[in-house]
Amino acid sequence: MKALLSAHDGIESGGGVWRFSADQPLRLDSGAALSPLEVAYRTYGRLNADRSNAVLVMHALTGDQYLASTHPVTGKPGWWTRMVGRGLPLDPDRFFIICANVLGGCMGTTGPGSSDPATGAPWGLSFPVITIADMVRAQAMLVEALGIETLFAVVGASMGGMQALQWAADYPERIFSAVCIAGAARHSAQNIAFHEVGRAAIMADPDWRGGAYEAAGVRPEKGLAVARMAAHITYLSEAALQRKFGRELQRDGLSWGFETDFQVESYLRHQGASFVDRFDANSYLYITRALDYFDLAAAYDGQLAGAFARARDVRFCVLSFSSDWLYSTAESRHVVRALNAAGCRASFVEIETDKGHDAIFLDEPALDSALRGFLASAAEKRGLS
Amino acid sequence: MREDFREILRLTPAGARVLDVGCGEGDLLDLLTRERGVDGQGLEISADGVSACLARGLAVVQGDADRDLDSFPTRAFDMAILSKTLQQMRDPRHVVSELLRIADRAVVSFPNFGHWRVRWALLARGRMPETRALPNPWWSTPNIHLCTLHDFLALTDDLGLRIESCAALSGGRPARPIDPRSMLENWRAEAALFVLRRG
Repeated sequence: MKALLSAHDGIESGGGVWRFSADQPLRLDSGAALSPLEVAYRTYGRLNADRSNAVLVMHALTGDQYLASTHPVTGKPGWWTRMVGRGLPLDPDRFFIICANVLGGCMGTTGPGSSDPATGAPWGLSFPVITIADMVRAQAMLVEALGIETLFAVVGASMGGMQALQWAADYPERIFSAVCIAGAARHSAQNIAFHEVGRAAIMADPDWRGGAYEAAGVRPEKGLAVARMAAHITYLSEAALQRKFGRELQRDGLSWGFETDFQVESYLRHQGASFVDRFDANSYLYITRALDYFDLAAAYDGQLAGAFARARDVRFCVLSFSSDWLYSTAESRHVVRALNAAGCRASFVEIETDKGHDAIFLDEPALDSALRGFLASAAEKRGLS
Repeated sequence: MREDFREILRLTPAGARVLDVGCGEGDLLDLLTRERGVDGQGLEISADGVSACLARGLAVVQGDADRDLDSFPTRAFDMAILSKTLQQMRDPRHVVSELLRIADRAVVSFPNFGHWRVRWALLARGRMPETRALPNPWWSTPNIHLCTLHDFLALTDDLGLRIESCAALSGGRPARPIDPRSMLENWRAEAALFVLRRG
């Protein structure tokens, strides 16, 4: 515990909400422009004199900017404290680490819960549909505003990994390296299908009110909780669920009714119930939609290698988990083959684990050592001490 | 240092773009990076091997040479290395031809099944050979496509490849330049290292 404290004590170096002026709108893929744009972020460590040690970490679907600091709503430690901290692969004594709440999110960055300047009321469903590329464009605006010309690395897992690939496609000259953990270059039919279940659950909640729940003073908590429950199953492997819960019961004997008999039911209900405290239903709709629209090759005649044609100088690291069926190794391999075809310098390893997609956040030493090795050698090439 | 590594090091120009197929834990790539400043890329099938490479800061992709070489673009590398792995490939002919599509020059080494100890084991004992170069019993060997020096020559002729040089590797002795077409060398060489180019 002492080691854990010293790894994270006082590493947060700044953050807040960056408010772009009305004449700096965010141009969206849909053709709309969003203004004024606000981006909430946290930083760890110090930017060096050359401004060459900045790392942008990008969170997953329901993550946020509280990368390695206590979450203000849940009071829990940051979502990647096991990767970000002194002596850890993302060391704030070495790197200036930035993590921003994603566009469309609900922790301070402009999203459907923000006020529409035209009406003063929350956007709700009048918020424009956004894409992964839009999210990256907003991140690029923040990075530029922070005075950073070139990022040493963009590091992301799951949706964050997709953003890392999008960075390489859209801003290759502004990144030195890119890490994509348990990501993909496109959303599959199965991915879209699971998201549709979540969205249908939210929209079926009478308290959703066509997205205008805030004005009505209610929240579609039941629908959002069910969405989370369904999604959470996709984050775990069958083996992990079996190992954790098996057919264990909550109490002695069956209820012969519909109470939570099984421990796995109780676990999922808890996941759903605690999620609604920190997440917004409309944000969930918008961000899942952005993921479903994601197909990096689409803008390159379906040839993924085309997306990386300008990224030959970027060092890539692609990592997948053997038991991840949400964004499987096959998806990562597809990315790696495209990187090879584009002549990019790439590393790839499938990490053997039974923890499923959730391995991103769990104790997985092979993930740490892969990331540590990759970042250390890239830092050496970048001339970072 | 392994004698085949010493020979490959000698053959590698400074700053070359190098692909090491079946790079294991990256010993050779690491050597070439340190000594020749190569721009190296590895391909390795085992996760442990790749993880070890990543920890050393080498760019290595986990993959299968039989299947994944075709994702590399034509002439992307100056040199492709296949060190003592050819005999473990499911389709060695395809792998060799892919190496010379991807790279201008290929370095291929393999144990020579024509070596006298191998022939002796079969002739005198009637048993599958277990030698210094081929240490495993038949039922656990990873070597599924063994060939002699002259078998490999026939393959290079068939693929229209040019042999730039050839060296015999025996035990820990320094690499010895040989004429691979010599009958005697097909008996003498425990293993051989070929440098190939497109014809």
